[in-house]
Amino acid sequence: MPTTKNANSSSIHTPTFIRGDEFHFPIYKVLKQDGTTYRGAVLPKLDQEKALRIYRTMVFTRVLDERMLAAQRQGRLSFYMQSTGEEATVIGSAAALDDADMIMAQYREQGALAYRGFTTDQFMNQLFSNELDYGKGRQMPIHYGSRDLHYMTISSPLATQIPQATGYAYGQKLDGGGHCTITYFGEGAASEGDFHAALNMASVHKVPVIFLCRNNGYAISTPSSEQFAADGIAPRALGYRMHAIRVDGNDILAVYQATLEARKIAVEQNEPVLVEAMSYRLAAHSSSDDPSGYRSKKEEEAWREKDPILRMKLWLQKKKWWSEEEEKNLQESLRREVLETMKKAEKRPPPPLDSLVTDVYDEVPPQLAEQLSKLKAHIRKYPDAYPKSAGGLKHG
Amino acid sequence: MAKMNLLQAINNALDLAMASNDKTVCFGEDVGVFGGVFRATSHLQEKYGRARCFNTPLVEQGIIGFANGLAAQGHVAVAEIQFADYIFPAFDQIVNESAKYRYRSGSLFDVGNLTIRTPYGGGIAGGLYHSQSPEAYFAHTPGLKIVVPRNPYEAKGLLLASIRDPNPVVFFEPKRLYRASVGDVPEEDYELPLGKASVLKEGTDITLLAWGAQMEPLEKAAEMAEKEGISCEIIDLRTIVPWDIETVTNSVLKTGRLVISHEAPLTGGFAGEIAATIQERCFLYLESPIARVTGLDTPFPLALEKEYVPDHLKIFEAIKHSIHF
Repeated sequence: MPTTKNANSSSIHTPTFIRGDEFHFPIYKVLKQDGTTYRGAVLPKLDQEKALRIYRTMVFTRVLDERMLAAQRQGRLSFYMQSTGEEATVIGSAAALDDADMIMAQYREQGALAYRGFTTDQFMNQLFSNELDYGKGRQMPIHYGSRDLHYMTISSPLATQIPQATGYAYGQKLDGGGHCTITYFGEGAASEGDFHAALNMASVHKVPVIFLCRNNGYAISTPSSEQFAADGIAPRALGYRMHAIRVDGNDILAVYQATLEARKIAVEQNEPVLVEAMSYRLAAHSSSDDPSGYRSKKEEEAWREKDPILRMKLWLQKKKWWSEEEEKNLQESLRREVLETMKKAEKRPPPPLDSLVTDVYDEVPPQLAEQLSKLKAHIRKYPDAYPKSAGGLKHG
Repeated sequence: MAKMNLLQAINNALDLAMASNDKTVCFGEDVGVFGGVFRATSHLQEKYGRARCFNTPLVEQGIIGFANGLAAQGHVAVAEIQFADYIFPAFDQIVNESAKYRYRSGSLFDVGNLTIRTPYGGGIAGGLYHSQSPEAYFAHTPGLKIVVPRNPYEAKGLLLASIRDPNPVVFFEPKRLYRASVGDVPEEDYELPLGKASVLKEGTDITLLAWGAQMEPLEKAAEMAEKEGISCEIIDLRTIVPWDIETVTNSVLKTGRLVISHEAPLTGGFAGEIAATIQERCFLYLESPIARVTGLDTPFPLALEKEYVPDHLKIFEAIKHSIHF
């Protein structure tokens, strides 16, 4: 029978308070901005093929983000969220996993999905809510999901995915292990109760889950200095007796190696791990806000100089794995591909009207079927007011 | 057949669910060795091990968040929230996550394997925070099924059906009846259909509708009315969502009168939804306004609980008022 767990404390006889200011979480760094590595740094074993898969995904994500934000500004897309500046955090961590490990992301992790092989067409179909969107046009742009790629469909409420990741990983453990779940969230979402619930439960129940915090400095406009008083997110793991590491989130080699080792702890020891990746959200929170209202250009410039993609490129070039010509070709072909698939996706029709009532339950209940048939009758009466669906009904 | 109280019937259903599918996992506060504060999960940990029946930390949002993930992963998650009064920290996980998992992913993912069990209702001198009936909050959320049993036989069959239903179910257990309600329950595995009301007694003058623990005062009021020559048709709704409109409609088309009773407060209570639907379908057949006999629009009281609850006398008065309208 389990027993009460008393703190293994030694006694003191004068009241002494501890605030923990003495302790600072170090940052694991491998790669310098000029593409060289720190002397004595533990380097990951990364072969050329894998390194280039990571790099190409980073460039793809940057190109996709630039093009889609431009499309949003042109009014072709209702909404968008860029991951600019955080590509190494997201793609480096995803690359350290087995492709069948579960990913439960927040919303700025398109890079992880791209790394797993989500196609440009699949991205576009979701962004344009067309009939081929897996989510059947029900969620705002960037709420991707893929069962085949083990990437849970994004949900807007913040931090809800974190305790779900604990539960998902518990299921993986019950099934005999071998896989883990990674969940991503920002330093702002880590203020939610769900974060604390998830970490505590994962630690108590010994669950193979990696909590990856993207500490990117801002929660929309709120700087991290107004989000928490302590030294970031990583120290919180200690209160739950959990392994934790802080890593330079713009350092692809450090993120990859840290996550690789976190996965080992998760899968081999059935222990949760918290990884705090220090980075910076170079773009706005979303297409709906303008950062000039809450932070300085100077601050942004300082972080732009720490660009994670440029840093990896310089490293690849030093290893003679990548040339300027290859860079130019990749950029051009990706831009072309994004533009061409966008044009295709935006022309596709929306999902059919019937999809309004499917998937609420496994089967459409009679009440809902009745509501749909009333709606159809109404649309037939006023077809001009509902151009998206009226056409599909005429023959129906 | 065995004599079981409602708790034993629940416990028996959980036992069968775990025995028949080794993917079934039961968890919540104190459900492990102790078997739950009401003992609904007694001996399950002993029988199926700590991996499949266990205590969780005291965090309802975590319990349901965990349950959502576990169900999405493919396990059958049966989560207990110790009192329905304490389900609200998990409201976001239930309303924004459980209920929308399938819809938002276009059916790529779902948590149909999730069942949330929680004791609800008054009658145990529980005051504000051990007495509430929050079914209407959840009924307002498409994607959930809401089930409330009235006795041990129903509890077992409906719980097994809920656990195996491919949709997330919130299963409200009438805690006042946990030990008070005793009846014959088959020992074997059986399910009762969700979404189907049950006509307990046929009658011609008036339809009486309730669910869960409220069936008891409803039947008592019907006995009093019968003595005065009023023929009552008694219906247990059993499933709040999706509710059996057809059975209730057919009954009211026949009797022309309807009294609905629930313990939850009047305003926004589920009786309002039923009344609106039935007046729409039975308008020309109604002999009197549809009556609602419910709790008051106050928090649940303690010292004056007897005055607050919609007891058999209040229902009896509503029946007479409807008949003599």
